[in-house]
Amino acid sequence: MADLVKLTINDRHLEVPAGTLVIEAAKRNGIEIPSFCYYEGLALQAACRMCLVEVEKAPKLMVACTLPVAEGMVVRTETPTVQQARKSMLEFLLSNHPLDCPVCDKGGECELQDMVFRYGAGESRFTEQKVHEDEKQWSPVVFFDMPRCILCFRCVRICGEGMGVNALGVVNRGVLSEIAPNKGDHLECDECGMCIDICPVGALTSGTYRYKTRPWEMEHVGTICTHCSNGCKTTLGVRNDKIIRGNNRDRSGINGEFLCIKGRYAFDFSDHPDRLQTPLVRTGGKLQPASWSQALEVVAKNFQDVKQRGGRFGVIGSNHTTNEENYYLQKFARQVLMTNNIDHHRTGDVLTLLDALSGRNEALATTQDLYQSKAILVVAAELALEHPFLSFQIRANYRHHQAHVYAVTSQPVREDKTATVIVRAAPGAELSAVESLREKLKAEPELIILYGDAIKGDGVRKLVAFGTSLGIPVKYVPLVDYSNSRGAVDMGLMPELLPGYQPSQAFGLTWADMLASEDLGALWVIGANPLKNAELRARNAFMVVQEMFLTDTAQIADVVLPAASAYEKSGTVTNVCGEVQRLKRAIQTMGAKPDLEIIGLIAKEMDAAAVVGPWTSDSVFEEIRKNVRGYDVPVAMIATGGAAQTMPVNGRIAVESRTDLIRSTHDNLFTSGTLGRYSKMLNSVLERRLNYH
Amino acid sequence: MTFSPELEAKFDKLLKSYPPGRQRAAMVPMLLFAQDEVGSVTRELVDEVAKRVGVQALQVDEVITYYSMLHRKPLGKHHVQICTNISCLLTGGEELWKHACAKLGIGHKEVTPDGRISLEEVECIGACSWAPALQVNYDFHHQVTPEKLDQLLDRLRKLT
Repeated sequence: MADLVKLTINDRHLEVPAGTLVIEAAKRNGIEIPSFCYYEGLALQAACRMCLVEVEKAPKLMVACTLPVAEGMVVRTETPTVQQARKSMLEFLLSNHPLDCPVCDKGGECELQDMVFRYGAGESRFTEQKVHEDEKQWSPVVFFDMPRCILCFRCVRICGEGMGVNALGVVNRGVLSEIAPNKGDHLECDECGMCIDICPVGALTSGTYRYKTRPWEMEHVGTICTHCSNGCKTTLGVRNDKIIRGNNRDRSGINGEFLCIKGRYAFDFSDHPDRLQTPLVRTGGKLQPASWSQALEVVAKNFQDVKQRGGRFGVIGSNHTTNEENYYLQKFARQVLMTNNIDHHRTGDVLTLLDALSGRNEALATTQDLYQSKAILVVAAELALEHPFLSFQIRANYRHHQAHVYAVTSQPVREDKTATVIVRAAPGAELSAVESLREKLKAEPELIILYGDAIKGDGVRKLVAFGTSLGIPVKYVPLVDYSNSRGAVDMGLMPELLPGYQPSQAFGLTWADMLASEDLGALWVIGANPLKNAELRARNAFMVVQEMFLTDTAQIADVVLPAASAYEKSGTVTNVCGEVQRLKRAIQTMGAKPDLEIIGLIAKEMDAAAVVGPWTSDSVFEEIRKNVRGYDVPVAMIATGGAAQTMPVNGRIAVESRTDLIRSTHDNLFTSGTLGRYSKMLNSVLERRLNYH
Repeated sequence: MTFSPELEAKFDKLLKSYPPGRQRAAMVPMLLFAQDEVGSVTRELVDEVAKRVGVQALQVDEVITYYSMLHRKPLGKHHVQICTNISCLLTGGEELWKHACAKLGIGHKEVTPDGRISLEEVECIGACSWAPALQVNYDFHHQVTPEKLDQLLDRLRKLT
């Protein structure tokens, strides 16, 4: 604990750690000092001069945002002089700021509007013409309205420091200063939209949201992003059952205000015109629209038939569906269809890691650990493009705590910029290259190792052995692809594993075996597209697909049931670090049903409802908490929107990991499997077609 | 982009003058020296300097648009900078400026058609004690009168 310094703010005696800035000391003690350019976590700017305060014995007003506290300092924040200074500063800002609040996207949640309302003058002495420039479009995501800009440089700093992209800068000077994009007239960047959300005024606006609504007309629903595995909370702005924007300005969730383009803008798949809204049943060789009751009847009848004649079932689950749905699905498969032929697309070797750690649950890192650990080792992974939030955490850690970052990759990665040591190894040779860091890593007090799908099976065991041999506390993050890839393994969507990593009695077929099997009686695919690059050998198998879109797999199905997206249901998902978080339903799409409900309805149709139990997410989650090892997480924490890390294993896992089936699709910032194909925003950005790093 | 060996040597020295990782500090002097050799700060030069100091081109743009002594268009062979800041203004700087504009038929940051002379109205050049003052490239001229300015400009026109 740093030494405490005593100071007085507005006659209140405070004690804060030495080095604290006056503005922070005030904030932590409930005293507001207004500011635009000061932003917690970013470099100091001292540009807006809104935070002027009176400090005793100082000859003039001081900027609280760059003034560290000193012993015996006496600060006053509400004197007539300070109030006058604020009034004058706002008068200056408004001397050029257009008063187009009635049509400005930011109206109603604009920091300048709020400040003028609270501290500003009703009149202006300026009669000069305001500088006008037409708004510019820098990308499908980012629009810039120069006259509205108050030059706080938050956007420049978040892009450079936060994202490590440096796509925004300030050109010219004085009254002519303006924010400029890196490619002259357009941006080439992550298109994350951090700059837009951090803008205190309406200077940067988003292509998705602009001129769509007023902020107070929306409902704000905090849920978990359904794209990559990082598990960022995205707060969806919803109006009339339509998602209008995504952001996380309230900093709830593990990601704070961070979101990438997917979390912020790629919700638009939900109302894509190709979205399935009615069940389809194959009649006369063609998929024809049918009612839910007809479709469910066909499914139930065929499942019964296959079961009665002792046919083989194949069940392929999803990396996107909730834990409840995955648990319920495997229960249905194992207890109703009586089969262990259940699998999903495996995207990273979680299994071997958990086995190698054999119960050392403290060696599983959380996303918060990435921000706090003294040292981080990235092995064979392109974090900035594939795991943007993890990459953001590491950059923040480097900025705030000077963490030592080690990058062992085959290609240049963004972590290089913050790296203590960069090791380039041939693809596949990353693991052996790690050895060269042994002495350096031994000297670190602690370490987190992140590894991509190139490290699997014995590779993971070697990595863990390497970590253990360092003699320091080491934590691991096995990188996986999608929003619930981790949950799919935990819930036992595996032929060899039951929920909670219990070996199944008789190993079933893997998804590859199912597709290759000649005598498969029925194939049931939920939220996956296994036939994108593969063929189904058993041509006569009865095939049911639960999907949002008519994917390659759905096209050849006998029955297609329209599924709800993650934004249309409740439940929980588990992120790459094993943190469980809750989905909250934001919208409803007519015709589509959550997979949990569909599975339940099929069970009911088959008279098996009593076996699988009620299909509400709460009751299934309760069952998961009781039955799945590691998932007895505090309900209150999950229910209030928090994240709880699961502690999945307390011993060895007695099965061989099928490492040949582990393959990440390496979706980058602008792709996201099937969802990405149906997101207009992801498809519209230039970077998607560039070799963007 | 290639530079003369002399300039390359200057760059080497500059880049070594700062601790590792702080090479961007060499950006302004590099741009100034290069500008003298290339004639202006071209797009190509911006990209080259960005690469050498390890920043993005945009960050070099930030610097060149901030500093008025870095020019993106070629100047005349003789760049005449007339100060009209306070001391010079009081002693006739404004008249000198107008006189030069009229005589050469060009204005602020413009170049004569033959490319020999360019004009720039500048803020204080630190020669207040000898106001009004002007600067031709790196040379100062003190206590300038319209007559002296005429002689100077005539001489510059003839100089090769």
